[in-house]
Amino acid sequence: MSEITGFTALYIFLLAAFTGYAVISRVPVILHTPLMSGSNFVHGIVLVGAMVALGVAETTLEQIIGFVGVLLGAMNAVGGYAVTERMLEMFKPAKEAGEAAGAPSSEGREGGNE
Amino acid sequence: MNNAIQAVYLVAALLFIFGLKQMSSPKTARGGIMWAGVGMVLATLITFLYPGMTNFLLIVIAVVVGGGVSYVLARRVAMTDMPQMIALFNGMGGGAAAAIAAVELLREEPLPVDVVVLAVLGAVIGMVAFSGSLIAFAKLQGIINRSFVFPGQNVLNLLMLAAALVFGGFIIAGHGSGLFVALLFATAFLFGIMMTLPIGGADMPVVISLYNALTGLAVAFEGYVLGNAAMIVAGTVVGAAGTLLTQLMAKAMNRSLGNVLFSGFGAKVEAGAAGEGKEMRAIEVDDAAIQLAYASKVVIVPGYGMAVAQAQHKVWSLTQLLEQRGVEVKFAIHPVAGRMPGHMNVLLAEAGVPYDLIYDLEDINEDFPTTDVSVVIGANDVVNPAARTDTASPIYGMPILDCDCSKNVLVIKRGRGTGFAGVENALFTADNTRMLFGDAQDVVNKLAAEVKKL
Repeated sequence: MSEITGFTALYIFLLAAFTGYAVISRVPVILHTPLMSGSNFVHGIVLVGAMVALGVAETTLEQIIGFVGVLLGAMNAVGGYAVTERMLEMFKPAKEAGEAAGAPSSEGREGGNE
Repeated sequence: MNNAIQAVYLVAALLFIFGLKQMSSPKTARGGIMWAGVGMVLATLITFLYPGMTNFLLIVIAVVVGGGVSYVLARRVAMTDMPQMIALFNGMGGGAAAAIAAVELLREEPLPVDVVVLAVLGAVIGMVAFSGSLIAFAKLQGIINRSFVFPGQNVLNLLMLAAALVFGGFIIAGHGSGLFVALLFATAFLFGIMMTLPIGGADMPVVISLYNALTGLAVAFEGYVLGNAAMIVAGTVVGAAGTLLTQLMAKAMNRSLGNVLFSGFGAKVEAGAAGEGKEMRAIEVDDAAIQLAYASKVVIVPGYGMAVAQAQHKVWSLTQLLEQRGVEVKFAIHPVAGRMPGHMNVLLAEAGVPYDLIYDLEDINEDFPTTDVSVVIGANDVVNPAARTDTASPIYGMPILDCDCSKNVLVIKRGRGTGFAGVENALFTADNTRMLFGDAQDVVNKLAAEVKKL
């Protein structure tokens, strides 16, 4: 793959760090938990690296460790997405929520997550 | 092909940042996670075309099994248990980053020194995030329910970290045998466990957030090792965002990060002097219902106790009944209500409470003096006036919801015990406070029934 060396990498680190800081600093408190979950999902990109590591693994030991890496990375990415999506689909403004509460299903949802 | 892969990674990185940005508003948040998801799918698919890849069957099996298991777990978990689920998935990411480092360090051909250094650092950080997150999960899930504190703990932990770095030093110096790699991983794994064990449940959200940031950093480092720009960007963005989020949480709880990590508070039970010698006064449900029904302004302060009792749906029903009678009802959320910032908002959203009825601490505190009835449901430390007045209290200085300033306070509480931090609460014995003892769901249900009769 194309080389990312020394200073180029430092520039990427620098800019990405400021980006992360700036993006998060405007998030309201009510979204902090979904946001932690969302950023947890984003570092699920580690899956891609684990796939490459397993893809070029030669010895059995490398294959085993690589396999575990892909397994864990997939859990991070898929699980992170699923919990974040589940949380965010529930955020509704007054109008929509009122309609939803008027429907008979709102009582039935109770305890659905036991 | 190389350029095509790089182009897709670039798009993925863009979608991640765009997705996180979209999550800064409740209106666009759901679209945000979906865009980030699109980026992840694209990046994963294009990686199958990476030059020199083999072991395709193993990769597919691992992705399907790992993805399938975590999908089922994620769909099934109750909203109240969300924090530990995030901790678990975060730990998996840290472990994956460490696994990449292990494969690279065990390779026969020598690597450039800068690559080895970052591989080692990523391995240590990833491993700590892995084992630490598992302990955080076990603690919040109740699998481990005591704290392990002993003298010299911090010294021992520092020695363990130092040992891990020494082993890492040997690997960097070119003695990269399998033995040193194994020792590096073992000591980092142990260090993660040992530094998380003494931390009490109340501080766990801060720790989970910290490990989230650490995993991001480990992913960025391993991205450098693999020459993968998408990993560097996504990992660094999460590392920076997670660090900021950790600071915000620690600040909301009036704790410094160092304090959380090294003092073992939140584990100890300290009895404060506030409210001593005064009795809590109970009130009957029908009297409480009359107070509510004839109030003009009611503020509901939900705490984790409400969520444990699964009372949020009943609370919303009661709110709707009161609104039909023309009572103005608001929800006041402390930054650390629930188990982490924003957790309570998620739980209320699940019950159907619209987010425009929900107010943050800064926005609602000026409302309390004009509030007829504050209803505290399963909250304790976040409404404890000792945080304002009692310099000896362990929670002194923590911003609180000033419920005690409202005309009347109703507290729904399961028993007479102290809160998460183990501190006595003077609000419960105040002159304008009446207690409703019992299971929150049960009590709110009865309240709603009584209000309906009026």
